[in-house]
Amino acid sequence: MTDGSMTEDNVAHGGAAAGSAPVAAPDGAARHEVTTKAASIAWRRRRAALARFWREYRRHRGGVVGLIILAATAVIALAAPVITDPDGLDVTKATGGVLDPPNREFLLGTDEQGRSVLLLAVWGARISLLVGVTATLLAMVIGTLVGIAAGHFSGWLSAALMRITDWFLVLPRLVLAIALAAVLGPSLLTIIIAIGLTSWPGTARVIRAQTLAVEARPYLERARALGAGHWHQMTRHVLPNVMPLVLASTTLEVASAILSEATLSFLGLGDPSRISWGTMLSRAYGSGAVTAGSWWYLLTPGVAILLVVLSFTLCGRALEAVLNPRLRGR
Amino acid sequence: MLTVRDLRVTYHSGRTAVPAVRGVDLDVAAGQRLGIAGESGCGKSTLASALLRLLPPGTEVSGEILLDGEDVLTMSFGRLRAVRWAGASIVFQGAMHALNPVHRIGRQIAEPLLLHRTVPPARVQARVEELLAQVGLPAWRANSYPHELSGGQRQRVMIAMALACEPRLVIADEATTALDVMIQAQVLELITRLTTERGIALVMISHDLSVLSSTCDRVAVMYAGRIVEEGPAREVFTSPAHPYAAALAAAFPTVGDEASRLRPRGLGGDPPDPAHLPPGCPFQPRCERAVARCASTDVRLRPAGAGRHAACVHVDEEVAA
Repeated sequence: MTDGSMTEDNVAHGGAAAGSAPVAAPDGAARHEVTTKAASIAWRRRRAALARFWREYRRHRGGVVGLIILAATAVIALAAPVITDPDGLDVTKATGGVLDPPNREFLLGTDEQGRSVLLLAVWGARISLLVGVTATLLAMVIGTLVGIAAGHFSGWLSAALMRITDWFLVLPRLVLAIALAAVLGPSLLTIIIAIGLTSWPGTARVIRAQTLAVEARPYLERARALGAGHWHQMTRHVLPNVMPLVLASTTLEVASAILSEATLSFLGLGDPSRISWGTMLSRAYGSGAVTAGSWWYLLTPGVAILLVVLSFTLCGRALEAVLNPRLRGR
Repeated sequence: MLTVRDLRVTYHSGRTAVPAVRGVDLDVAAGQRLGIAGESGCGKSTLASALLRLLPPGTEVSGEILLDGEDVLTMSFGRLRAVRWAGASIVFQGAMHALNPVHRIGRQIAEPLLLHRTVPPARVQARVEELLAQVGLPAWRANSYPHELSGGQRQRVMIAMALACEPRLVIADEATTALDVMIQAQVLELITRLTTERGIALVMISHDLSVLSSTCDRVAVMYAGRIVEEGPAREVFTSPAHPYAAALAAAFPTVGDEASRLRPRGLGGDPPDPAHLPPGCPFQPRCERAVARCASTDVRLRPAGAGRHAACVHVDEEVAA
């Protein structure tokens, strides 16, 4: 059918359809008006959905507490160069004594080189969060790709992907990460890659299971019937449906990535020129602060890790409960 | 337009072969409306899926499905994707589940347009509104999610989607089954009107013979993977030649007809297990007119009056008489 006859048809239909649907007047100005109206409706609806989400989320007290701690940590980490003086990190310009206990000038004491532990912890938050978030993003991208592909395709490709996933799953994660970090040499990027490459298999499994459930729905059959290719099916139909799961899984994964970062740094595989909570722990241990009874040096990064990891877990749980209707109301 | 020759579909579950469609011939001319009737498990939905090669991998399909002279079964995958929807589209049963819950209606109607590039991207929005208007939905509905629509509205969306690429053939697979009678009538009227105006061939699949007889030109009744009766829709419904078609037609009472209301009807027993079909005529164990030779002869379609065929041993005698 040509374009011209289509429009004629349409005019004829406009009349026929008008009885049941008075708004339908698909020409020129009217259509434009309808579109703008539709856009504003969509916008209002989106805002309403967000408000609904927030109302639901607020009911989980743990999630709110976690969110507040995380927001505070993020603000402090981002604002570190503004609210503190980076000169204090330079060992040659350190003003404090060796392992001073907390006092008025150094609220959380000093390290073995006379630097403020509070200042170190604030700057350490930047690296710890950066590594935690970036490594998690890497893991999520790999996990989601592998999971969706393994769920969408059947046969040898799916089997191969799942065997690789199982292989990563059964291998001790820390050992693999240490091996990777050792091979790549100590740097920030190394740590990110080492953590990212070892923490995706769990996500891949979960995503694959959800993909299988989505693949069985009739709208995927419809998509196939209307000539959609694999890529289209996976990105347009499966991905949006597994996205909530990816989101909840991400927040939980960040917590474990931050822990991994601390572990690897503590074992001396991190970038020695940058301060993270892990390297602080490592130095506290290496400089004999622990045996000397300098609790502030050990406790500060330890409690910081605990708080942030706990907050991410709380947020993740709350998100999971909000996004998964089956957990709602429990 | 659509020609099906000796189509056979066999599912493999474990070691057993399950023949779901066993040699079906069909002809649909452009603009013609063919109904396929039969109870659950008779192979009608398998037949519909086979027409666009939508069956699960590992299913054995043989025969010929010619869509405008091109064999769907031997097409390359790329060509098949182009033919899907642009050449022949499907209105699925259960519109609730055939729509993706996370996308807006407008975007889903636009999906085939964007996939097949039948209209320039700039015109997609306008075309979606056109399609919505054709099925009697206001344009702002494009921004709704499927769960915000009623069952009838969703089915209208499915029809709009099926018409998006101006296909030559529309397959309606139990398109109105889940709807109440009033909405069903509206949707049927809509499908009939839109396909007639555009000269689109329609293959309509339903278990409801009365629906088919009122909307289609011809009707084919399927039983155990085969067509057992085929002919003009009205005649098959009012004077069925095959006992199974008769039972199916009798399942729907004629309103206002005292005799039809009091007549015993319904059909005992279950449809046969496709993996273990009885010998001879597959309907013979449930047939009230079965005679000895029904169990031994493989009954094929034979002429049963003007433009009609039926697969029953009694047909010959009746035509002769």
